[in-house]
Amino acid sequence: MPIEIPKDKWPGSVRKVTLGATAAEGGTRAKTVTVGGQTTMPYLQFEAPTPNPPVVAIEIKSHKPEDWSPLLAETWGEAMKEPAQWAKKAEEAGADLLVLALTLEDTPESAVEAVKSVLAASGLPLIVWGPGQAEKDNELLVAVAEATKGERLALGICEDKNYRTIVATALANGHLVQARTPMDVNLSKQLNILITDMGLPADRILMDPTTGALGYGMEYGYSVMERLRMAALQGDAMTQLPMIVTPGFEAWKAKESKVGGGVPQAWGDWRARAIHWETITAIALIESGADIVVLRHPESVKRVKEAIGELMTA
Amino acid sequence: MALSGIQIYKLLPQTNCKECGFPTCLAFAMKLAAKQVELSACPYVSEESKKQLAESAAPPIRLVTLKAGTEVKAGNEVVMFRHEKTFYNKPGLFVRVKASDSNLAAKVAEIDKYSVNYVGMDLSVDGFAVEADSGDASAGSAQAFAAAVKAVRSATKRPLILIGDPATLPAGLEVCSGETPMLYAADGSNWEAMADLAAKHKAALAVKGESLDELADLTQKIQAKGVEDMVLDLGGKSMGDWLMRSTQVRRLALKSNFRPLGYPVIALPGKAGEPGKESVYAAQAIAKYAGFVVLDTFTPEMVYALLVLRENIYTDPQKPIQVQPGIYEINNPTADAPALVTTNFSITYFSVANEVEGSGLPAWLVVTDADGMSVLTAWAAGKFDAERIAKAVKEFDLASKINKKRIVLPGHVAVLSGELEEELAGWEIRVGPREAVDLPAFMKQALN
Repeated sequence: MPIEIPKDKWPGSVRKVTLGATAAEGGTRAKTVTVGGQTTMPYLQFEAPTPNPPVVAIEIKSHKPEDWSPLLAETWGEAMKEPAQWAKKAEEAGADLLVLALTLEDTPESAVEAVKSVLAASGLPLIVWGPGQAEKDNELLVAVAEATKGERLALGICEDKNYRTIVATALANGHLVQARTPMDVNLSKQLNILITDMGLPADRILMDPTTGALGYGMEYGYSVMERLRMAALQGDAMTQLPMIVTPGFEAWKAKESKVGGGVPQAWGDWRARAIHWETITAIALIESGADIVVLRHPESVKRVKEAIGELMTA
Repeated sequence: MALSGIQIYKLLPQTNCKECGFPTCLAFAMKLAAKQVELSACPYVSEESKKQLAESAAPPIRLVTLKAGTEVKAGNEVVMFRHEKTFYNKPGLFVRVKASDSNLAAKVAEIDKYSVNYVGMDLSVDGFAVEADSGDASAGSAQAFAAAVKAVRSATKRPLILIGDPATLPAGLEVCSGETPMLYAADGSNWEAMADLAAKHKAALAVKGESLDELADLTQKIQAKGVEDMVLDLGGKSMGDWLMRSTQVRRLALKSNFRPLGYPVIALPGKAGEPGKESVYAAQAIAKYAGFVVLDTFTPEMVYALLVLRENIYTDPQKPIQVQPGIYEINNPTADAPALVTTNFSITYFSVANEVEGSGLPAWLVVTDADGMSVLTAWAAGKFDAERIAKAVKEFDLASKINKKRIVLPGHVAVLSGELEEELAGWEIRVGPREAVDLPAFMKQALN
């Protein structure tokens, strides 16, 4: 007698969010990326199909980062000096979309120039991050948002202390925002409420619950994401947003990836370890519901994309 | 599935005789449901009820223990998601070796002694899977297998999984007498012989099926032959397929109390064919319900990453790993060394301690009681505020250890410095970097 498999029936679903706009939609992107739309916990396709696969973004910077691991510098080489070249290489490495992180050295003019050069070099949808200081973020992102009206960029990173200016300029210029809160279901909801209260439609918000790297608190982010997804499926509107996380940033900050010397012998080969660290952090987060993972190393991108392909195969 | 108090009550005599020490049978039933008393306290319960109650008390996922010089336990899990309670028995990480390997004992010895420290814990692999790979079922291959198991046993005390067929396995089992190994694997064609072997040697038995229906059918037939400890190999042609099967098996056990699949799962990520993909398969297996993971590849960097993932996933979400609050000495600090403040979340502590230690710079590390949360989380939860930091500084009498009354705060809580100046009159409050990794540079440049 065939076994009767218990199936969960959920009243809610995750919203679909589309990044990027093609020429027909008022932008210049060669293609758009849509995430979200799930009606089940991650990849349980015996309950319902997963409508959109998770996607991989590669993080590049407007200026060559001096504090990145030498392994990354080695891989990207000269392209790191030129965001347009870097963007092309990232696209070749298999990115579904790009993250361009602006730096404290940027002025509004240089930021706009960097963003435009990336948009010209690659047809992928783009997420733009400020350097992470409230005033500077606002100054740069407003200039970028205005200069790229209609492109449906995602602008970030909105946090509870600094979201108004970024949301206002996203609203005025047809962009999306990335909303980050520190690993807490209620804080996520609260920020989403504040942002939608300003009039930005919920389908223009990517929820960033924050994560830690493998070994550095990853499990907190992991469980918060499972709980957020569950809340979304239960019908809690302010959690029904696709999730973006930054395993690349986190993993490459960890000593395991960042440095080769002065570490225990039991840590093994540096390069192989660094790739494992980034990949396994990303895989665990995808298993817990991530829709967009932002990575840094092409080999990790390859492995994660292969895994996504397999997860989508029932 | 555990019965409710009312369900248990229906199985009791319902005479309210009070001999169990409770005023009514219902009160006793409630205590039974809460596992606060033993059924034996009731002198009148029928044999039939005893049997039913014993069955209901069995865990929905059987606990399977492999034993040799050390033990590995899998099963007994109670939730689908770790935040619902916690995951209990960390999946055993095994490394597969082949009987034909001419370097077998040395290879096993090297892997056996591998140990890596993570937040103060020494982590290692849990055992070895020895595969009889000489093909045919001739007497020679059985001999070769016995010799291989002997070689492995000489190099490790950890439990074994023996991979072979009913013709070769007995020779290997003879070598492991007195232990509880696992036999891999029974399938539709050999299950009778494998079940007999497992029963005879009291070994656990892995069972392989193309579908869950086939698996459930096999486990019932094998159980009828007297084998209780089984482990399921789910097959599956992709990660998505495997994830669904693993989820379904766990759900059937936990939600439907479906006994034929109420066993731990064994994953063999080596089928990915190359090490990069193997580690990804293994990561999924660890996160999604495997009880045993058998790797084909052993490299320190891969095993380290997987062991850490396993620790992370199996950490009790209600009880973050904490270190004792107090003042910690790093690199033999003198009274001139700086005092750095952080929280007592183990990962936070070790990140900071490792960085400072690695830099060779001496420092006093003031670990405050933040209920085991990281800096940002503790701050957001009100567990790492000016008051608590000031309390730690005073309670641990930092002033008696250092010349200069100065503390360095984590950059993420720069906002606390004003308030702290009020709480700690006469102290200089400095704001350090946000990330531990930047501490050495900060200490060199900003603290001199």
